[in-house]
Amino acid sequence: MADAEQVEKKYMLYICTGCEIGKSLDIDKLKEVADEEFSVETKTHEFLCNSDGVELIKKDIEEGVNTVIIAACSPRVNFDTFNFPDVIVERVNLREHVVWSHKPNDSDTQMLAEDYIRMGIVKAQKTELPEPYKEEISKNVLVIGGGVTGLTAALEAANAGYEVYLVEKEAELGGWVKKFTWLTPDKPPFRDLRKPDIDEKIKAVMENKKIKVFTSSYVEKISGQPGLFDVVISKNGTKEEVRIGSIVVAAGWEPYDATKLEHLGYGKYPDVITNVQMEEMAANGKIVVPSTGEEAKSVVFIQCAGQRDPDHLPYCSGICCMVSLKQALYVRNQNPDAKAFIIYKDIRTPGEYEDFYKRVQEDPGVFLTKGELKEISKTNGKMIVEVTDTLLGEDIEIEADLVVLATGMVPRFYEYQKRYFKARELMGLGEPQPNETLIVASDKLWEALEEYQGILNLQYRQGPDLPPLKYGFSDSNFICFPYESGRTAIYAAGPIRQPMGVVESEYDATGAALKAVQALELISIGAATFPRVGDLSYPEFFLQRCTQCKRCTEECPFGALDEDEKGTPLPNPNRCRRCGVCMGACPERIVSFKNYSVDMIGSIVKTIYVPEDEDEGLRFLAFVCENDAYPAFDMAALNRLEWHPNVRIIPLRCLGSFNVVWIADALSRGIDGAILIGCKYGEDYQCHFLRGSELANRRMENVKETLERLALEPERVKVVQLPISDYDKIPEIIQKFIEEVEEIGPNPYKGF
Amino acid sequence: MRDSIPSGSLNGNILVIGGGIAGLSAALEASEAGYDVFVVEKKPYLGGRVAQLYRYFPKLCPPYCGLEILFRRIRTNPKIRYLTMAEVVDVSGEPGAFDVDIRLNPRYVDLEKCTACGECAKVCPVERDNDFNYGMDKTKAIYLPHDLAFPMKYVIDDSVCKKLECAKCVEACDYDAINLNMEAKTIRIKAESIVVATGWKPYDAAKLDNLGFGVYENVITNVMMERLAAFNGPTKGKIVRPSDGKEPKTVAFVQCAGSRDENHLPYCSAICCLASMKQATYLREQIPDSKAYIFYIDIRAPGRLEDFYTKVSQDENIVFVKGKVAKVEEAENGNLVVIAENTLTGEKTRTEVEMVVLATGMQPELFEVKLPIEELKLDDYGFANFESPGIYAAGVAMGPADVASVVEQGTAAALKGIQIAKR
Repeated sequence: MADAEQVEKKYMLYICTGCEIGKSLDIDKLKEVADEEFSVETKTHEFLCNSDGVELIKKDIEEGVNTVIIAACSPRVNFDTFNFPDVIVERVNLREHVVWSHKPNDSDTQMLAEDYIRMGIVKAQKTELPEPYKEEISKNVLVIGGGVTGLTAALEAANAGYEVYLVEKEAELGGWVKKFTWLTPDKPPFRDLRKPDIDEKIKAVMENKKIKVFTSSYVEKISGQPGLFDVVISKNGTKEEVRIGSIVVAAGWEPYDATKLEHLGYGKYPDVITNVQMEEMAANGKIVVPSTGEEAKSVVFIQCAGQRDPDHLPYCSGICCMVSLKQALYVRNQNPDAKAFIIYKDIRTPGEYEDFYKRVQEDPGVFLTKGELKEISKTNGKMIVEVTDTLLGEDIEIEADLVVLATGMVPRFYEYQKRYFKARELMGLGEPQPNETLIVASDKLWEALEEYQGILNLQYRQGPDLPPLKYGFSDSNFICFPYESGRTAIYAAGPIRQPMGVVESEYDATGAALKAVQALELISIGAATFPRVGDLSYPEFFLQRCTQCKRCTEECPFGALDEDEKGTPLPNPNRCRRCGVCMGACPERIVSFKNYSVDMIGSIVKTIYVPEDEDEGLRFLAFVCENDAYPAFDMAALNRLEWHPNVRIIPLRCLGSFNVVWIADALSRGIDGAILIGCKYGEDYQCHFLRGSELANRRMENVKETLERLALEPERVKVVQLPISDYDKIPEIIQKFIEEVEEIGPNPYKGF
Repeated sequence: MRDSIPSGSLNGNILVIGGGIAGLSAALEASEAGYDVFVVEKKPYLGGRVAQLYRYFPKLCPPYCGLEILFRRIRTNPKIRYLTMAEVVDVSGEPGAFDVDIRLNPRYVDLEKCTACGECAKVCPVERDNDFNYGMDKTKAIYLPHDLAFPMKYVIDDSVCKKLECAKCVEACDYDAINLNMEAKTIRIKAESIVVATGWKPYDAAKLDNLGFGVYENVITNVMMERLAAFNGPTKGKIVRPSDGKEPKTVAFVQCAGSRDENHLPYCSAICCLASMKQATYLREQIPDSKAYIFYIDIRAPGRLEDFYTKVSQDENIVFVKGKVAKVEEAENGNLVVIAENTLTGEKTRTEVEMVVLATGMQPELFEVKLPIEELKLDDYGFANFESPGIYAAGVAMGPADVASVVEQGTAAALKGIQIAKR
């Protein structure tokens, strides 16, 4: 789209001849390509990244050059050396992707370099400097949940200077911790129980002028987008609407429903209780036998009650070992003659918590044994616990007053996950991948959500709450980036994200608060949040040509696009992560960024020289993920691994931005095949845009149609998953693909 | 932003000590919220210990992937500045106004000029033990630390380099990037708050004489196993035993090697169970007819990590043996015998294997290397478990933790740092 005010581009190509480039390539021929085909002037320098090389470029910029094409090393190095404000900079990777990875002074290598020069110039021609999407935003933070996690998040954000709205559904702040008398130690020497400081925390929140607290309240509705969220808070039937910028969800957990644990005697015997009931009893001042009201003198703790159990909670709640060790001390502290028995599968006291485990082991009245529970029964008013496979090597039978089941934590998003599964069922989809994020953007989701009382109640086309991961935890799927929630500027913290204890929740809350305020700062300048942090571009939709196919609104991994009744997308740039999945999804090619578009990549494809004579070699494209596959090619080159010279690499923001039309562009011009190299998808996916590589793979169905239309073989296009560290496999992957295509023969469209 | 002696103002809002995953997380998260940050890293590259891992548990994804994103965020963010080969030598002042003296050790390679072309290493006649691969192979005295090194610049190990006596590299460098006369210098940076993210090192396995490390070649540690599995390791990613380069068909993983042990590290290092399970999958994937034994006291796989344990235990060729290993001996055929007491059955077992991997624990760097920060209180194990306004710890400096937890702590520390620095 031509802009009337657009400044005319003045180009200059700089070719660095250092690092073997000058020795391996015919530089004059490269200049000819730029000059004769594009009328772009070239300057060469033997050491372009050196200060006088950079000066040369700067001087030209002063004299009016505003579009700079640098043919030198990978864009992954010397980024800031070649970063000139308000100038379009395009890097052509002659070093890593040409001379370090191909035979020097060879005609194939030369043709490769010439194509990369063409591709670089065309890319520069099609690039505009992005103008950020900026609106006056709210920098207030909404925290949902007034337990220890929510309180911490609210305080920490307020202490960093931000206004906070804290919404708690109960009448009182403090959550579970408020109900606990003692907590396990959090500081050296990790031996002594400590009093919760929750009352101090509540007081600090109540007294903080930057925090507005809503108790007995819930979030009825959140509409809009980050920085511009309109939140309806409902309190006893009255509604208040507030404008906020970002959100921390700390809605916490509930205990696993112990009535499902009848095999452990719960519900059958009154003297079988849960660890939560034990905590309540301790708070009431006395640990008693429920059936008699007498003091409990012998107590058996059953670890992993309904946990690490495929029939109940398959996961470990992480904290129950510590909790039972603590509660064993309650028993012992109440009566020095009392006994506590802990039956476990593994004692899990990581890090310095080991010292607390040791301290409890030292107590002569606490007996710990690994074992499998055989049966719990009651005889003569006493509980009988039979245990097999003990460390003692024999079966044991313990007579006790009280049995405590160490039940686990269920995240409050669990119900949402159930509805999501139901929606999949309604849609006729199979079992979801274990870590799959919410991808049901159909009306069936809303059908499955009938009478659902959500936590966030987002007015997003893709659903009202955070996309649930396995077991309903809204945890990130990324080890490196634990705050990825699948929704921009909304961060989960505490046990709703993964099972964790009090100290861990406090850290997590502080981290989530940072993310929440950081998102506001980035959005206020129109910049993207993670992973393309600082990117000022955003997708623009040429809606006159939209056919309401809904692919973009369904496929956006971050739920950025809503829809009007007709199905026209309603973009929310502040929810967007700039991956370009919408651009890849659109069959009408109406989605474009200023510096990334279907037309840009299509034009790059079309500028590649395709010899009519197959003796000059076949031609292949490699569309690669710029975060993982592209650096993998760089590292292969660093190791001087050689790959086939007839492949032209085109980096994509994410494989999910791959548009099928490029295949038609390429193959109709005689290019023989295209390989797409991206990140792992499916279980344990590695794509940082959650679903990009998966979507690219799914688009292969459309690619097949394109190929059929052209009467070409499906083997000409292939998707490969490549972890960044498997760069040693690149030559082989490329070679194999080329051989597969060679077997079919050259593309018959050559020369048309 | 580039690694160089910063020009212009040396004022930052936050100073982060340690450029591993905890420190980088703290630094990036704070800078992306709009604050000026300095990162000080002792090594010649950023990324710390995770750069030396082949894959992460439980996803078995490569750490390079996340590091690449971190490095890209650093490259494109002018608010973050970093100094490699740098050490904090003095800290004075108070929260809101610290003066930090930093010694910049000589790299002998000009960061502005080095293009990483590699011509220098081709002519260098001196070799050194490659610390990145825990000494299992050699590099030249002038070397690129690893394939994703950031900054992508060579460095000279001055403990082995013959300097002006040789100077072959100086001649080979077309870019005049090598200066063998480079000297250490000290600069002062002002910061309002400090994040301590100094990380960990593997516990010295040589102290575990009963387990045969340093005595038998085929007893290695878990960190070495990571390097064996990685393409940029000493064996190009082939898991082989050191004595003869053969593929080990049987491998014993010895859990709590020096951890949960009063004579060594009394605490649990929190990650070794999962790390050994992960490494057992490396073995099983690469050598299909192999068998792994994991000798453990308790399997510690908290939270959803339990799923990984469940998955790994489904492989019948990964055998979990509950028992503490008392001793590793050499068999007559050169194999190793792992002597353990099976705590379930009480019997002593002798298991013959071709290689032993010791799951050694994490020891905080601060256990030996003291930082000149008065407020920094360490516990008996050297962990920085403390509270002090303006100074915050993150990562394994604070206690054993896995990568995801460390990133959370780094992010949390960023906010604490901002609270002091906020205007």
